[in-house]
Amino acid sequence: MKTGLPLLLLVLAAAPAPAESAPRPEAERAAVLVAVPAGTYAPLLRQRDEPAEVSVAPFLLEARPVTNAEFLAFVTAHPRWRRSRVGPLFADRGYLAHWAGELELGPGAPADAPVVRVSWFAARAFAAARGRRLPTTAEWERAAAAGFAGPDGAKEPGFQAALLAWLTRPTPAVLPAAGSGRPNHLGLRDLHGLVWEWVDDFGTAMTTGESRADTGLERNLFCGAGAAGARDLTDYPAFMRTGLRSSLRGSYTVPNLGFRCAQSLPASPPSAEP
Amino acid sequence: MKNQPLPRRLAALLLAAAGFLPAPLPASEGTVLAAAGRAPLAADLPVEVALLTEAPAVPPPITRRHPAKVVVRLEVREVVKRLADGVEYTFWTFGGNVPGSFIRVREGDFVEFHLDNHPTSKVPHNIDLHAVTGPGGGAASSFTAPGHSSQFSFTALNPGLFVYHCATAPVPMHIANGMYGLILVEPKDGFPKVDREYYVMQGEFYTAGRHGEPGLQSFDPAKAEDERAPYIVFNGAVGSLVGDRALQAKVGETVRLYFGVGGPNITSSFHVIGEIFDTVYLEGGVHAAQRHVQTTMVPSGGSTIVDFRIDVPGTYVLVDHSLSRAFNKGAIGMLKAAGPENPLIYSGKEVDEVYIGQASDAGVAASKREAELTIAKDKAIAANPEIANLTAEIRLERGKKVFLTSCFACHMANGEGLPGVFPPLAKSDFLAADKDRAIKAVLKGLSGPITVNGKPYNNLMPPQDLSDDQTADVLTYVMNSWGNAMGSVSAADVKRVRSDNK
Repeated sequence: MKTGLPLLLLVLAAAPAPAESAPRPEAERAAVLVAVPAGTYAPLLRQRDEPAEVSVAPFLLEARPVTNAEFLAFVTAHPRWRRSRVGPLFADRGYLAHWAGELELGPGAPADAPVVRVSWFAARAFAAARGRRLPTTAEWERAAAAGFAGPDGAKEPGFQAALLAWLTRPTPAVLPAAGSGRPNHLGLRDLHGLVWEWVDDFGTAMTTGESRADTGLERNLFCGAGAAGARDLTDYPAFMRTGLRSSLRGSYTVPNLGFRCAQSLPASPPSAEP
Repeated sequence: MKNQPLPRRLAALLLAAAGFLPAPLPASEGTVLAAAGRAPLAADLPVEVALLTEAPAVPPPITRRHPAKVVVRLEVREVVKRLADGVEYTFWTFGGNVPGSFIRVREGDFVEFHLDNHPTSKVPHNIDLHAVTGPGGGAASSFTAPGHSSQFSFTALNPGLFVYHCATAPVPMHIANGMYGLILVEPKDGFPKVDREYYVMQGEFYTAGRHGEPGLQSFDPAKAEDERAPYIVFNGAVGSLVGDRALQAKVGETVRLYFGVGGPNITSSFHVIGEIFDTVYLEGGVHAAQRHVQTTMVPSGGSTIVDFRIDVPGTYVLVDHSLSRAFNKGAIGMLKAAGPENPLIYSGKEVDEVYIGQASDAGVAASKREAELTIAKDKAIAANPEIANLTAEIRLERGKKVFLTSCFACHMANGEGLPGVFPPLAKSDFLAADKDRAIKAVLKGLSGPITVNGKPYNNLMPPQDLSDDQTADVLTYVMNSWGNAMGSVSAADVKRVRSDNK
């Protein structure tokens, strides 16, 4: 019986996750960083005393989502993040459940497809092992606002429509390769149209506290209440991203939720980190 | 943990608890109801699992005369299904179908509600049941990420027929994708017994393509915002209640329809052609509030219960009597009633004769004579080859005029088209093969890959705004020019194809 084990593992996993061994160089090579210049982000929903726009310092963002092969290399090097070892506080029962085995991808998880069914904790540990971090909501949204041809996708005919077309199709059983999508104006691929992506501060999507009753804004965005205080009522994809983020908890794993890593620019000390 | 999924363990516990419960006390109803009102004592109630049905079926009436703890388990699935012939749509559903599963409980029941969001779902969902008294009607407690499950409980305080729907932002989109259904809270003493009960819901779909445009259609938020729906249908698809799928009844039976409108925007003028609602429980309440009703208005997010006795056999047509929705957008269903005729109530057609509206007998005689002479003249003209040829020539010239305004820019004045881009009409095997297809191409446009005289083309021809006569003329011209000898097209042909392909 291993009844006593989960508790012990839990304690182990609770420790911060430093690099336990050097990441595999081949996995590193693939994760090209793209420079995202300084810009602004207009949150979809905000409290009355919050600014309409926040400025986003320049930063680096990986060109595509993290793949199954890269995540396999990570769990191989960091056994505590394997399926059998991760504690329930840090990943729910769906964690990497589409892999054929503990260290085997199998037909449901092609090596070059984006890794999904990973918790926020696992995604953060992966990024830390790589010496990087998850992007913030503001950073991710600022990068994803770029269109194919110019800096503002909202101004490109069909950009929003293409987004909605993806949003209204069910998730395929086996995901296509990460990085196969059309690059946006900044050279980033698959921010839209492949999988949802974790952001570091997903929990701030709409809530100001743990209890729903004492928040000024509705965490759940139900019915007309979801429209109160919104920036742009016609930006349905933004509502859906915000909705998805606010439905999550750090231990959740979702079959169409992956992530990519970001890195601060050391050369810009004034506003590199909030 | 991994070997024994948590929900299964919970279910086992729940079953075990139910098994060890003492039999419910033969207490008076009032006492038990009071217990149901207080959550700590809900454990004393007998437990049953709600039987859910797909439209148009309705779960059987509740026969027990005491409250129960009713477990409802509803699964959200995003599925691609038929919206109309040749048209598919990604429906977001409660239970795999539009409308969602019908839920039937009794006033005073304590409902334990489980909402499961399937792992393949793209987005999180929740449920707002209008039968729930509490914030968001349950939405606040049921917000569920893909591949997760939520549970909340409520007491069904108010009897009536209630809409439920997903209330996740953007909520018009979730509802427009099909996320609605009905929950019936039967009053303590039940509704009067009827012979048949059916479940029908109206909702509209905002497809990117026009009504009838084939293929998998996306949701169009701009059309939703403007409330311009290409589809307004009953039970989630055009034709879901016609032909083999029509509702059935027999003469002498009383039929009850549980009718709701999911919306998200459009109010229904609900009407059954050929019937009068004997009783309407207005707005889905529990009082038989009105009798002998022709059309009852049902708002988006609202419902009604209508009863009617079938007196004579035939097909009764359910419509939204805002009739463009029925005629052009799909809001049609059928109820087929079998049984003996009753000519005292309805005779069928008894007289069919010519009616000529002049006042005097002399005028009538003159009109008859004129009509006969006109027919004789047309026959004489048709029999004269010279006039027939002239008529055909006039048609060709008229057709040429249309061609040189509407067609020549792409197909060229010589009918040769543009190699690889616009297919030829001259000696075209594609044209010769199917006259109706050619008519349809002019009326409705043509897109996608085709092969003409062995060469592939993949372009888009827009629909042409031409009258039946113009269409017939231009096609006849095309089919008899540049060496073509493919016969002719009549205005009647065009009219038929136009109505076949609404």
